Amino acid sequence: MSENGYKSGSNLEKVLKAGHFAFTGECGPPKGANVAHLKEKMEPLRGMVDAINVTDNQTAVVRMSSKAASCLMVQAGLEPNFQMVCRDRNRIAMQSDILGASALGIRNMLCLSGDHQSFGNHPESKNVFDIDSMQLIALVKKMRDEGRFLNDEEIDEPPKLFIGAASNPFGDPVDFRVYRLANKIDAGADFIQTQCIYNMPRFREFIKRAVDMGLTEKTYILAGVTPMKSAGMAKYMARSVPGMDVPADLIKRIEGAGKGKMAEEGIKFAIEQIQEFKEMKGVAGVHLMAIEWEHKVPEIAERAGMLPRPKVD
Amino acid sequence: MIIADRKPLQEIQEMIKPYDKVMLVGCKGCVTVCNAGGLKEVQILASTLRIARKKEGRPLVVEERMLERQCDPEYIEQLRDSYDQYDAVLSMACGVGPQFLSEAYPSQRFFPTVNTKFMGGAVQHGIWEERCAGCGTCIIHHFDGMCPIARCSKSLQHGPCGGSAGGLCEVSKEIVCIWDLIVRKKIEQGRLDDLRKYWAAKDWRTARDGGPRKSIREELVK
Repeated sequence: MSENGYKSGSNLEKVLKAGHFAFTGECGPPKGANVAHLKEKMEPLRGMVDAINVTDNQTAVVRMSSKAASCLMVQAGLEPNFQMVCRDRNRIAMQSDILGASALGIRNMLCLSGDHQSFGNHPESKNVFDIDSMQLIALVKKMRDEGRFLNDEEIDEPPKLFIGAASNPFGDPVDFRVYRLANKIDAGADFIQTQCIYNMPRFREFIKRAVDMGLTEKTYILAGVTPMKSAGMAKYMARSVPGMDVPADLIKRIEGAGKGKMAEEGIKFAIEQIQEFKEMKGVAGVHLMAIEWEHKVPEIAERAGMLPRPKVD
Repeated sequence: MIIADRKPLQEIQEMIKPYDKVMLVGCKGCVTVCNAGGLKEVQILASTLRIARKKEGRPLVVEERMLERQCDPEYIEQLRDSYDQYDAVLSMACGVGPQFLSEAYPSQRFFPTVNTKFMGGAVQHGIWEERCAGCGTCIIHHFDGMCPIARCSKSLQHGPCGGSAGGLCEVSKEIVCIWDLIVRKKIEQGRLDDLRKYWAAKDWRTARDGGPRKSIREELVK
């Protein structure tokens, strides 16, 4: 731990540690070297969130690297949450990128397994999975806290990163999910961002189990929210996204809003969720994944009463 | 055993296009058991190739042969008298066969007629599934007899990932999520605590990642 008592000193860490209800956003890098496009997507999030997740070739589709896009955010005065998946890099490249990210001023890192390459635009590629997400979490922690590489060699200057991990409360087998969360916390996750939540009763049950097991005392859990743009999107997510639970009555509600009003209904539901999460024991914040809808974040943040964002020194 | 599938006929025909007289060598090992390169398959492929070439007006001589195994020099040696009487030799064994043949008879050309796929077994008649990735460090006892290295699409040691749904893998509805089975068995048997354990990053040197492998049994080496 660094001299000021912070693990990385990221804004997200400070906000959470000060006891504020955190609010993070997300930004997928462009399919090209187009910096202007990236800026267009990240600028609406300025001042609206405490950190911005930068996805790592999400759904296995090639995009600008998450490290480069995170670095561009740092340069623009925004705080990235650098995502890294296990699909594309072996432990040599991972450790190298972890050091590189820290050297570039990146202070948050989310450790993920990654969607299988068969989903993406290069299904012919070799999958790596040298280590898994659990081992990646432990690796970053070891590098940061022990100042050692995976092979125990000393690092001359350890990386400073606030370590994040994902949790899917709705993945099968459901009874095991809270234990997998516990494993990630034991491995070293400082904060957790959950999969998009639509089934509130099931999430309430999940978080209650996490609270009962004392997990929410050991880590910060940020509840995942993705506003639905349309009934079509809701149906697609229900049908085609593995591990996603979209209740039929929510689809009905969005559909029921009628043409031209579905997006507003989706936003309304997201705001209701955020307001409930603010009061929910064990939830330390919200992770808002407004997929290709970054410009709507200010409006959602405002209406959900998330503004202004706290400043912690 | 090693599971293989026969290559598409067209690909085989393309390989032997320049030749008029070939030998087709089957194997009585794994490929016989998985119905890819045994006696029956040799006979079927040989007649198919002959008929097709006859139609083209350029008849092909196909000599059918079976070897006990093509992964053993002792049996490979049995072709010593005949291998050079053909324009080319086709092997119906796994990928080991054409290589052992090439090594024994460097002047001849050898072609594979099957695609070698994995180590596994028959789960029902006509259906084979992968069970082993040959990683060189077996850990299946930690996972109640189910190998996550070979059977999880991401070889996760701490699964299941967020993509597991309804007992199936995110990659395909044809793939069982092995982690779902592992977890369910642990819960059933009251040993969920086993899955609270952390496994260190695997040492892949014993797998193909350490380079081509060799196994030496000192007591057998003269």
